[in-house]
Amino acid sequence: MLSVKHLLGIKELNVSDIEQIFQTADNFKQVLQRPIKKVPTLRDTTVANIFFENSTRTRLSFELAEKRLGADVVNFSASGSSVSKGETLIDTVNNILAMKVDMVVMRHSASGAPWFLANHINAGIINAGDGTNEHPTQALLDAYSMREKLGSLKGKRVTIIGDIMHSRVALSNIFCMAKLGAEVTVSGPPTLIPKHIASLGVRVEYNVKKALEWCDVANVLRIQLERQHKPLFSTLREYALYYGVNRQMLDSLKKDIIIMHPGPINRGVELNSDVADSKQSIILDQVENGVAIRMSVIYLLSGKREME
Amino acid sequence: MFIFDSKYTSLKTLLNNDQLHITLQRLAHQLVENHLSFKDSAIIGIQPRGIFLSDRITKMVKQITGNNKINYGRLDITFYRDDVQTRDIHVPSDTDIPFSIEGKNVILIDDVLHTGRTIRSAMDALIDFGRPKKVELLVLIDRRFSRELPVQPDYVGQTVDTILTQKVKVYWKEKDGKDEVVLLDKM
Repeated sequence: MLSVKHLLGIKELNVSDIEQIFQTADNFKQVLQRPIKKVPTLRDTTVANIFFENSTRTRLSFELAEKRLGADVVNFSASGSSVSKGETLIDTVNNILAMKVDMVVMRHSASGAPWFLANHINAGIINAGDGTNEHPTQALLDAYSMREKLGSLKGKRVTIIGDIMHSRVALSNIFCMAKLGAEVTVSGPPTLIPKHIASLGVRVEYNVKKALEWCDVANVLRIQLERQHKPLFSTLREYALYYGVNRQMLDSLKKDIIIMHPGPINRGVELNSDVADSKQSIILDQVENGVAIRMSVIYLLSGKREME
Repeated sequence: MFIFDSKYTSLKTLLNNDQLHITLQRLAHQLVENHLSFKDSAIIGIQPRGIFLSDRITKMVKQITGNNKINYGRLDITFYRDDVQTRDIHVPSDTDIPFSIEGKNVILIDDVLHTGRTIRSAMDALIDFGRPKKVELLVLIDRRFSRELPVQPDYVGQTVDTILTQKVKVYWKEKDGKDEVVLLDKM
């Protein structure tokens, strides 16, 4: 049983929560390899996927996870909804809940939105990404995928490269890695690395090559141009030149490191195709594990509902 | 899953070490009587407590038949329960069925048959792996008169008459350090 009622951020989970999510995900991964990839566990549960921001992978992954648990699913995206008519977040969600929805999966552009919602509504909430704050299921599936390749993460070295400042994936990963005992280095252009990031217990290395030499796993992040309101580096070509990960760079290392990326990839910018499609890359394993991890989280939170 | 707490007191021993051993031998022989070589049969134990029984039975059947390649699997039914929302979350165990059950005579094995809900879940779970020709049920203890669903076992170790407040606890050497079946009641 998890120590929390909602999955808002990795910050609030303890190590045994994370281990329990992983163990349960192992079982769901088995289910997903069967001819019938579905169990009737949540046949009396309805889940609403409320996405105020665009998403392909996360939303699809959540929807598949819900359906494979036997839950009923409703999808909502902000574009073309009453949000554009000025409805508030609580009103929008309460209206959805009035239609007897048991659980909410939400992505929102405002950091902290799921916490706000958790204080005001009576339903389980799973954060599918809030602003530049957290993206807990992504960090869980990243850690789960690393664990699959490396065993325990204790003492392992993980480098996170790219737009650390705007990345909720980076923050959730930093929390998650710390809880599981891995060391983290962040790397990228100084303008994209927050000033006091070291206070979270991570190393900062502006030279990507050196950061790669140090690590067992490189988690390469997407350059999020949509979140940059003023330019923070001069051109994408310059970024690719100094901070992009390419084959030549990996071959010059004395070891085979694991390459990860939360997607969507800007090919030729942060990651070259000869790296993304190579044997070292576990990008598609991450996507595959995403469904099992989300099934696990939804299942473990589903029992927490208060009985009427 | 059986939550054991100190509020229960032992009423009597249903099967002691020797009796349990004899009963297991009988059950194994009954299976062989009906399934002969086990060529088209499979044994599937229900997680978590049923597998101690199914491990033993499978071992005995192998000895009796001399067939070392009996299809044997373990089934976890956590995701098929009908009380997910009303009880605490159950931690699942592994499901391991390394063969096709399509067209097989499957023997489901659990330690105690009580309301029949576990077996209902197990049959649902089983069907998701294919269409067996036939499904039979073997239990060590049948608590008759407490059924909530129309489930009847084909092979029974011992039938007991119990009331709802009572519990039947099966101890296994592998897990609990002794082989014994006891009847408990609330203090």
